[in-house]
Amino acid sequence: MAVVTSPAPVEIERTESAEETFAVPELDVPWITIVHNDPVNLMSYVTYVFQTYFGYSKDKATELMLDVHHKGRAVVSSGSREEMERDVQAMHGYGLWATLQQDRK
Amino acid sequence: MPGHFEPLPGGGATVALDDVEISIIRSLAVQLLELIGPGPAEDAGGDPLAELFAEGPSEPPADPVLRRLFPDAYTDPEQEPADPAEAEERRAHSAEFRRYTENDLRAGKRENALAVIRTLDQLASSAEGGEAVLKLSPERSRQWLSALNDLRLAIGSRLEISDEEDTDPLYRLPDEDPRKPMVLAYLWLGGLQETLVSTLMP
Repeated sequence: MAVVTSPAPVEIERTESAEETFAVPELDVPWITIVHNDPVNLMSYVTYVFQTYFGYSKDKATELMLDVHHKGRAVVSSGSREEMERDVQAMHGYGLWATLQQDRK
Repeated sequence: MPGHFEPLPGGGATVALDDVEISIIRSLAVQLLELIGPGPAEDAGGDPLAELFAEGPSEPPADPVLRRLFPDAYTDPEQEPADPAEAEERRAHSAEFRRYTENDLRAGKRENALAVIRTLDQLASSAEGGEAVLKLSPERSRQWLSALNDLRLAIGSRLEISDEEDTDPLYRLPDEDPRKPMVLAYLWLGGLQETLVSTLMP
């Protein structure tokens, strides 16, 4: 959403209906971090990483780990693009295979 | 029981290792360290300020082990976008991410591998009768855990383990198969990592 500044106050006819037709700005669509399955990482280690890095409970961390294992992927966090880049970098640091994308549904 | 970490009272972990085991882990950690090396654009000539602002590479590494350790951040391995423009956009985002994260990631992994080598060197000099008891502080345990994981990822990549079905035939290799020692090391490191994780579980 760009902000236009004008040198002097200008009278603008605002048409409410026209504004409503604008598409949802991309900024408002949250980003997600996805962890992908790989056959090397231990299930216990993946659970440990989810608990340690994200602070998830053992139950939640285990559930996410099982999703990764059985479904091949799990969304482990969501937020701004910057936050998700931080999470993905941390996952790579731990050796987990993670990517980020916008949560288009 | 060999290759089995146990928790230390008050935090940390301990394992008994013999000379051969120490030299295997050490040699694998050295190889990993050499492989990770300084990144392609990381050579800043020892100037700390230049190092701080040095940009990392934008292309994925050519070596499959390094590609696994430093994957593309914006490229979903299962859902390659049908639209070429979107695929290109993701590649560009991955390249940008790599430029400002890969140097740090490489440094972190090097530090963990170095921590393993240093603790083993201290241990080797104190070993008597071919066996020594390694004791790790909680901080060292975490470095060991990450390094063991990186080592297993590296070996797994070299053994071309890319899905679960790939592992079963490897476990049944005949003794004369040249991959056999690597597979044994992979399994042994897995046991070490598994027991080390259990000592660290929150």
